[in-house]
Amino acid sequence: MLDEIKFAIDGTQIKANKGDTILKAALKHGIYIPHLCDHPDLEPFGGCRLCMVEIKGKGLSISCKVPVEEGLEIITESPEVNKVRRIAAELLIASHHVDCLECARNTDCKLQDVASYIGIEEGRLKRLKRVIKDLPIDDSNPFFIRDLNKCVLCGICIRTCGEILNVGAIDFAFRGTGTLVATVGGKPILQSRCVSCGECVARCPVGALVPKNAERPTREVSTVCTYCGVGCGIKLGVRGGRIVRVRGDVNSPANRGNLCVKGRFGYDFVNHPDRLTSPLIKRNGAFVEATFEEALDLVASKLTDYKGDQFATFASARITTEDNYVVQKFTRAVMGTNNLDHCARL
Amino acid sequence: MTNSINEIEDAACILSIGSNTTVTHPVIGLRVKKAARNGAKLIVANPRRIELCSVADVWLRHRPGTDVALLMGMARVIMDEGLVDSSFIEERCENLDAFKESLKAFDPDFVEQVTGVPQGKIAEAARMLAGNSPASILYCMGITQHSHGTDNVLALANLAMLTGNIGKPSSGVNPLRGQNNVQGACDMGALPNVYPGYQKVDSAEIREKFEAAWGCSLSSTPGLTLTEILGAALEKRVKALYVVGENPVLSEADASHAKEALEALDFLVVQDIFLTETAMLADVVLPAATFAEKDGTFTNTERRIQRVRKALEPRGNSRPDWWITCEIAKKLGGKGFDYGHPAEIMGEISSLTPSYQGISYERLEAGGLQWPCPSPEHPGTPVLHTERFLTASGKGRLMPLEYKPPAECADEEYPFVLTTGRSLYHYHTSTMTGRVEGLNMLRDRELLEMNPTDAAALGIANGDRVQVKSRRGLVTADAKLTKDSPPGVVFMTFHFADSPTNVVTSPALDPVAKTPELKVCAVQVQKLKG
Amino acid sequence: MKFEEIAQTAKEEWDALQASAKPSIVVGTATCGRAAGAMEVMEALRNELKEREIEANIMETGCFGLCDAEPLITIKGPGGPSVWYRNVTPEMAGKLVEEHIVKGSPVAEHALGAAGDGQVDGLTAMSDLPMLKFQVRRILFNCGVVDPSNINHYIATGGYQALNKVVSGMSPEDIIDEITRSGLRGLGGAGFPVGRKWDSCRRVPSDVRYVVCNADEGDPGAFQDRSVLEGDPYSVVEGMTIAGYAIGAQKGYIYVRAEYPLAVERLENATAQAKEKGLMGKNILGSGFDFDLEIFQGAGAFVCGESTALVLSIEGKRGMPKPLPRPRTTEVGLWDMPTLLNNVKSYSIVPWILTKGADQFASLGTERCKGTAVFSLTGKMANCGLIEVPMGTTLRQIIYDIGGGIPKGKAFKAVQTGGPSGGCLPAELLDTQVDFDKLTAAGAIMGSGGMVVMDEDTCMVDVARYFLDFTQKESCGECSLCRLGTLQMLQTLEAIVAGEGDPDDIDMLLELGEAIKTGSICGLGQSAPNPALTTIRYFRHEYEAHIHEKKCPARVCKDLISYVISADKCKACMICLRECPVDAIRGAKKEVHVIDQDKCIRCGVCMSVCPERFGAVECIPGRLTEADNA
Repeated sequence: MLDEIKFAIDGTQIKANKGDTILKAALKHGIYIPHLCDHPDLEPFGGCRLCMVEIKGKGLSISCKVPVEEGLEIITESPEVNKVRRIAAELLIASHHVDCLECARNTDCKLQDVASYIGIEEGRLKRLKRVIKDLPIDDSNPFFIRDLNKCVLCGICIRTCGEILNVGAIDFAFRGTGTLVATVGGKPILQSRCVSCGECVARCPVGALVPKNAERPTREVSTVCTYCGVGCGIKLGVRGGRIVRVRGDVNSPANRGNLCVKGRFGYDFVNHPDRLTSPLIKRNGAFVEATFEEALDLVASKLTDYKGDQFATFASARITTEDNYVVQKFTRAVMGTNNLDHCARL
Repeated sequence: MTNSINEIEDAACILSIGSNTTVTHPVIGLRVKKAARNGAKLIVANPRRIELCSVADVWLRHRPGTDVALLMGMARVIMDEGLVDSSFIEERCENLDAFKESLKAFDPDFVEQVTGVPQGKIAEAARMLAGNSPASILYCMGITQHSHGTDNVLALANLAMLTGNIGKPSSGVNPLRGQNNVQGACDMGALPNVYPGYQKVDSAEIREKFEAAWGCSLSSTPGLTLTEILGAALEKRVKALYVVGENPVLSEADASHAKEALEALDFLVVQDIFLTETAMLADVVLPAATFAEKDGTFTNTERRIQRVRKALEPRGNSRPDWWITCEIAKKLGGKGFDYGHPAEIMGEISSLTPSYQGISYERLEAGGLQWPCPSPEHPGTPVLHTERFLTASGKGRLMPLEYKPPAECADEEYPFVLTTGRSLYHYHTSTMTGRVEGLNMLRDRELLEMNPTDAAALGIANGDRVQVKSRRGLVTADAKLTKDSPPGVVFMTFHFADSPTNVVTSPALDPVAKTPELKVCAVQVQKLKG
Repeated sequence: MKFEEIAQTAKEEWDALQASAKPSIVVGTATCGRAAGAMEVMEALRNELKEREIEANIMETGCFGLCDAEPLITIKGPGGPSVWYRNVTPEMAGKLVEEHIVKGSPVAEHALGAAGDGQVDGLTAMSDLPMLKFQVRRILFNCGVVDPSNINHYIATGGYQALNKVVSGMSPEDIIDEITRSGLRGLGGAGFPVGRKWDSCRRVPSDVRYVVCNADEGDPGAFQDRSVLEGDPYSVVEGMTIAGYAIGAQKGYIYVRAEYPLAVERLENATAQAKEKGLMGKNILGSGFDFDLEIFQGAGAFVCGESTALVLSIEGKRGMPKPLPRPRTTEVGLWDMPTLLNNVKSYSIVPWILTKGADQFASLGTERCKGTAVFSLTGKMANCGLIEVPMGTTLRQIIYDIGGGIPKGKAFKAVQTGGPSGGCLPAELLDTQVDFDKLTAAGAIMGSGGMVVMDEDTCMVDVARYFLDFTQKESCGECSLCRLGTLQMLQTLEAIVAGEGDPDDIDMLLELGEAIKTGSICGLGQSAPNPALTTIRYFRHEYEAHIHEKKCPARVCKDLISYVISADKCKACMICLRECPVDAIRGAKKEVHVIDQDKCIRCGVCMSVCPERFGAVECIPGRLTEADNA
């Protein structure tokens, strides 16, 4: 049992786990504090300055880095807080591409959340100069697009690549308004050490890192990745008769939301035109499409002659457990042999 | 795995051997890196420089095929320096004296000479493993795919027992299984000698249980292994073969031999999602549904049984594998193949398989369960062997071992050792990944990785087309010069049909597990003109 | 070797040099001197001596702080006084050698002053020079006096007595107590009590601790750390070694800008010599105490002067400050070990304090700030340079008594202290005493000790724009307020100086500035708005003139000024007409010239070419158009 801590946010008593930050505890309780650069999987960064709160007796502080303490009194709205937070939000918006309808992250964007929370006053925003970047888009990776013009420099991608992957394909480069997330030598991401796992794409709060050809699924199905033996829990995003997205399942103990390049992006084979969609019977050296009835009849009539040890089965390490059970039962109970194996050793 | 994936990051020490974890099990790779970040000592033993070497405290770069020497050398240091967990050995292990005796052969000079690893480094690793508890041993096919793979695994088990690293969280001997459901396939007895739950086919009591359940009589003779089946096919002893979701033409060692065997059959049925290289040889091809188009379960490397859920309708006329097999069975007069849904199959599995007895689809809705799960109330078993081992005495048997060289060593004619493995971007024979455009873009061809020094001696430059030849056959690939490969060792994957690497690999088998020695064979390399 | 023997050797060498029968020439060859041509001068002097077959002791020394006088050399004939010559050129070498050394008669026309035995007619005593008279040189004690590449000079003038005293009998607690009692506050600018910092670092339980010297002097116009490193590197090395002994560290790093190659060279030499003498390395002076120093060259990012960014930079990472709340560097610093980080001058004064005692140190200064402060004086002042004065000296004393006031009879307008993070103080505040607290209260800061004096010709809006331009470019990009906020402030200031200011702009600058100050991660961001905020506070009328009247009162901002030709004074000489690069001047011989205000690009060429005796061209605030001409 984790130690429990009681503290107050805007007068409401909150229970939180020891070690949780104020921001984490607030979000867990459905209390929104604006934030961009915080991510529960990563070390606090403290760069966006949006999660500023007032801690009674201690003054202003970012809430993403302060652990809860017994009896703390947190104020999320005060003139002091608003002064800093509103400016920080306005500065970010004034330097962001706001063609939201053309952005793959539309309605799933943390900056939109911030903007709608702060409440944009056009008069105030107009006082600021629009500072928009016009950098080339990096579409070198087959699976995702890097549009640094939309980057808010929250550093989540950098920390993901460093803390979680230990790959470090990207880091901050340059200074001032020229600060960018860059690969070594500013090369396209494909030529960097990037392993295309898409963990950064999954965490990017804005439209700076988005999957290519992103389509929103109409529903999601929880299942297990079909590749290696880790057995990552995934959520297949389905739309029409196609898989259009895969997300790691954060509740799966095997992967806790993490995925590799194959698991996250390697699903196109399911709808590939090469898929076998009909039984095939070889006639005169060439395959001919057949109905299941024809094919099964042929198989059954042939196999009748080979019952016993003239017969063998290769089961598979890739089909389901139930499939395997049925295959071995068939081999043993119907065909009467233990000549049964699969490529467990490969 | 004796333990669970989640426990890895809490280990105080990790020995990763024969596993390129970040490539073959990327998400487990993340846990290992997290552990290192948390301060765990990481020992990597691998002839090739892999990504984990960059976060390792010690990297033991031993020669391919010398794992027994390396591991027994470590055991010797642990024993000589009194670093053993004596209370664990006292309470949980047996055969110490014989084991000690066999360690005599592994004096540091011998071990250094065989493995090529300085003895100081071996001692450092041994002390690290013994001195940081709990320690988790992770291994993969770099351990098993040898003519003495079983010995390799036993050597790891010895180390775990000596240091008391078994039966407690974040420890254990943990094979990282290569394929999504290799564990489930084994659990279900897709093996020649056992029924589901590793119940022996040659045990009368067990057989009777299955005969009663299935309403038929069963063969008491263990069947042939995969390699033996292929041999028997060539000899016309096996005449009909039913292949479900496998592609032995590319995946088997000495693949030309495998292809010949399949061609020698009277009747070949292949059931798959694509027209694979193996399916091309079939008389009848049956279209299967993919994982996204059916319900079922996969059991992962940590023995976690997890639900696979249908997201799409099967494409065209394809059908789930279980359905197709049931239809064949029924046409052949089989009884008990009238399942309406995989949930019913699981019901039958749990009734016949003690370790799956507590598994049901209702329970799996709440998340996966790790076997053994012997009753509906059992929470599953994250850590094996907490109290006793699965031996007659219940004790862990320390196994005396001797060093045996690989079946085929480099020689004058075939001067390089070829070791095989995988690429991050492809899976097995690329049946699936080869049909993902983006993955092909990230890696589209076979590469022969070799040390620049070796390449220079042969006049080979980066990107040159080379021919790799063994006593069994030859393949071509593009050369990639990299110090990841030590001098004298070259590396290839087996993902690409147009460079079928397994045409050259060695058919030598481990006598117990019948695993082919894919990690060591002797080859010659030559630059192709043009 | 025992310290007494080391000291004896050093003293003998130094005494021999002083008593030498040979003439001696000392050349100031710090970076400032070199930039002015000191190396060429030294070469020329050598050649002249060689030609005359004169043997002389030629010695290099560090910066004496008299920037205007560089290259500065001292010549001492046997028996005579030392004479300082200012602005020496290679061409002057022959004359100086011939007259002063050969003939024994100092060249008064090039001399700055004299010191030592025997006075020379017409030469001021050095100690009477206004620039020196009001100074108290403790930190700069050796600068411009000894050879900074010769450890014996440092030892002979009292160096390493403190370390000897410390290792041969003082406990770490005694040392820290002495430093604490002295009242020394961090001279890097923040003024944190040094003794308390040492004490807290020492108290963090750890086997490994580090001593780090912040020599990442990044403020434009600040050069005091460089001068100390180049002129007296041993004092820093000794101070750090003592710090290591006091806090229990065996390893130190000096983080110095790669743009300071001479400082790096002098430090490397200093550490090598200290090791050779057993004053660094293993078993220092037989005490069993080990201490080693490594010199780490920074790549010149301004933000790396911030403690956490500096630490990351040494670790090989990108220097980005760690946001609060975080442990202090004294608790979790370099490689996550307790780390003592002080500025160059803070370490450099430590030997002085331990030799002379805390009480003597504290005898100077204000109630809460003891000792001295070093400033680099630049801008519109008669005497610019590097000075050291007691804490509590007023701005007026510094600017007028030491700096000699504003040249050309111009009026004082403001003094900017503390570099780009500092603030601009107006004439009303000239009686402010300089110390950490009082400057902060006035809206400026002590900072790095830069002090820029501005006269009536300085536009305060433009000054704010200049500093914002610097901080904006140097923002590390980590926090949104600093990265984007300074840019907005800069762009607003640019609009104002371009005559495109909006009535709301002042309020917006204040609002932005306050938010950036309150909300930024590190000192760079928190102080970046200061130049704008203080100029608005004290010179709001100038902003208003720019915005409302579209005039630059100081006649600096090109878009808000005009050049006009006075019909009364114009002699129709055609010079300006010919020189105007855009042919904006109409007129002819005997026809008064007129500037076409629409064509004029306000380059000021006409004014500069108009003969002084006419003085017909005038620059006035505000933009005229052709309509005004009509």
